[in-house]
Amino acid sequence: MYTKKRVVAMLLAGGQGSRLYALTKNVAKPAVPYGGKYRLIDFPLSNCTNSGIDTVGVLTQYQPLVLNEYIGNGQPWDLDKMNGGVHVLPPYETQAGASWYEGTANAIYQNMRFIERYNPEYVVVLGGDHIYKMDYSKMVDFHVANNADCTISVIDVPKAEASRFGIMICDEQNQVTDFVEKPKEPKSTLASMGIYVFSWDKLRKYLIENEQEANALRENGEPWSKDFGKDIITSMLRDKQRLFAYEFEGYWKDVGTLDSLWEANMDLLSPSVPLDLYDPNWKIYSRNNNMPPQYIGENSNIENSMISEGSAIDGTVDFSVVFSGVTIEEGATVNYSILMPGTVIKSGAVVEYAIVGEDCVIESGAKVGTSPETVENRADWGIAVVGHNVTVSENKVVEPKQIIGESI
Amino acid sequence: MSVNYNVLGLIFASMHDSYVSELTKQRTMGSIPFGGRYRLIDFPLSNMVNSSVAEVGVITKSNYGSLLDHLGSGRDWDLSRKKGGLHLLPPYSQTGGIYKGRLDALNNVWSFVEHSSAKYVIMSNCDVITTIDFNPVLKQHMAEEADITLVYSKGKYDCEKNSNATILEFDADNRLKDVLVNPQISGECNMWLEMFIISKDFLKKIVFDAASRNQYSFTREILQGKKDEFKIMGYEHKDFFTRIDSILSYYEASRLLLDTSKRNALFKHNLPVYTKIGDNGPVKYGIEANVKNSLIADGCVIEGTVENSILFRGVRVAKGTVIKDSVLLQGTKVGSKCNITSVITDKNVEISSEKVLTGSETYPLYIGKDGKI
Repeated sequence: MYTKKRVVAMLLAGGQGSRLYALTKNVAKPAVPYGGKYRLIDFPLSNCTNSGIDTVGVLTQYQPLVLNEYIGNGQPWDLDKMNGGVHVLPPYETQAGASWYEGTANAIYQNMRFIERYNPEYVVVLGGDHIYKMDYSKMVDFHVANNADCTISVIDVPKAEASRFGIMICDEQNQVTDFVEKPKEPKSTLASMGIYVFSWDKLRKYLIENEQEANALRENGEPWSKDFGKDIITSMLRDKQRLFAYEFEGYWKDVGTLDSLWEANMDLLSPSVPLDLYDPNWKIYSRNNNMPPQYIGENSNIENSMISEGSAIDGTVDFSVVFSGVTIEEGATVNYSILMPGTVIKSGAVVEYAIVGEDCVIESGAKVGTSPETVENRADWGIAVVGHNVTVSENKVVEPKQIIGESI
Repeated sequence: MSVNYNVLGLIFASMHDSYVSELTKQRTMGSIPFGGRYRLIDFPLSNMVNSSVAEVGVITKSNYGSLLDHLGSGRDWDLSRKKGGLHLLPPYSQTGGIYKGRLDALNNVWSFVEHSSAKYVIMSNCDVITTIDFNPVLKQHMAEEADITLVYSKGKYDCEKNSNATILEFDADNRLKDVLVNPQISGECNMWLEMFIISKDFLKKIVFDAASRNQYSFTREILQGKKDEFKIMGYEHKDFFTRIDSILSYYEASRLLLDTSKRNALFKHNLPVYTKIGDNGPVKYGIEANVKNSLIADGCVIEGTVENSILFRGVRVAKGTVIKDSVLLQGTKVGSKCNITSVITDKNVEISSEKVLTGSETYPLYIGKDGKI
């Protein structure tokens, strides 16, 4: 027996995040650490809990081990429920055979039975790779008030950047009249955030139609796809369904690339960025690893940084985000960098403008990254990245822009 | 063995509340905040969980609201269980009024102990802070076929400073020879950590026997009174411990955590200390922050100078303020340009800008819960 749930959320967490290179070698993108003590998926999961959505399906496919273990029974997010709660949904085999998720729409299509058990009126579709705090219940209210079939959350982006996004063109009532993926000449600056509210009966209809159409195309050897933006939204617009844009105001950051991941972390150190991690009414929950408070030593010098539990700092830290259980020895320097959980920076090592993955060791005298001012040709400069479980031996150098996934 | 149903844990959460009357005004010993993010009960409770104890009863006495709030269902210690798990045992005395001593308290909760299928009982207070694996103690208890095994540590005892310490003396075979409560001596002694192991059947015998004679003190009636009759053995815990028996000892014990070797002895990688999760953000250090030799819990925002201090969760230190040799409990807010030295602030204390508060190393200034200065 399942009780009816008015809203069910489906979180697309299967993406590889290939543009994060070494950081997603063994972990799915939503499990990538962010902000000192979080992983990317903490944001949508906490938003669900804070919005009163207690039934969440997490669609996984790529490297799910770390992500599955992290989600566990959902207790850190209050999603361990007798009825509902968080459920990890990997692809599975049926009598008709087994199939991987063949796109975002297909992933939901393959889990329609999960949704139907709760007989929802609305389905919220979320991504697992954005940093933002949002009350989804307000978006559902907006959807209901407009008698919409689909509501897409949008954010106003600078005109120069609009061609990087899926752009919504709307009328005065916020009704979507057109949708263009990465337009060369954008007619609007309202970018889709990849957050959708669907009336379930409508979504169900379009998922089944898309599946049939795409399979037919495939049989004829024609190009096909099973994606939300490309297929479901386009079909609904074609059929003159009621699509509305819900304008979000606040901090929203896509962390699809190494540069944007670094920037999103640095944003936390800027007083002008409106992402408050200390709001008791909208906490971002995460799985806690029971470490003692951080110890700041005699020789430390910490300015404008964020540091998490279990770390022991005795070196210089400036404009950096340091995760739990990190050790920075006396005489080590960390500037404008992100150090993920369990990493050790030995005495005399210098880490600047870098992302260092989990459980790395940067030996003394090693140098990871450098500041842009010291590079002659600015095009040669970029964030240096050290993947998880990597040792950078004594006096070795990781150049700016370099990405290493193996110990050197 | 991941879960041991053969051992029952009992924690006395309210033993010796009166020693630290300042901190127990609105709480009990077990819920005194300690070490930046913990409450005292976290240490015995985590010791039991880390020793595979499957079922733990917490014996309370008075002022236990904050303790109940902290423990909840026991989920954060992995003790929210169908089989075993955490049981809160509120006070109740068969002799009328609140129980008087350990034996009386055990008599009151006996029906809970009786229902347990465990063969052995491990007992602990909350006023001794240490990290211990009880499995070797249990092993020794069984191997020696002892009636009672007391856990002790060698430590410095000073009759001028320490109140109500129990000093043990053992013979060459490690059998209890003498028990002195608060003796007029000073020097290195075997200090009882007020932890012990006993079989359930034997415990039942002494508890019922004591009840029939209207006796309630375990130390006086059993340890001192029956030491020749019973086989009472000692187990030496050779690791860091500290005991809270006054506001000054609380202050000193807190600052011991700034010593890396002591901190590492208390927070071992394989024996983590569990506590209620607060879901606070990481610590944010401002552009003018200057922090040295301090223990800082998550959720703090520091824009001033902090030295030789312990800051609990969610403490705010504004620009131009200097905090030295202090212990600031959770939610303390210090305004700008303050000078705070040798101060203990209880929960949610607010100190407005440009205040100077100075205690001394031997007599820290204590500011009560929710105090506004």
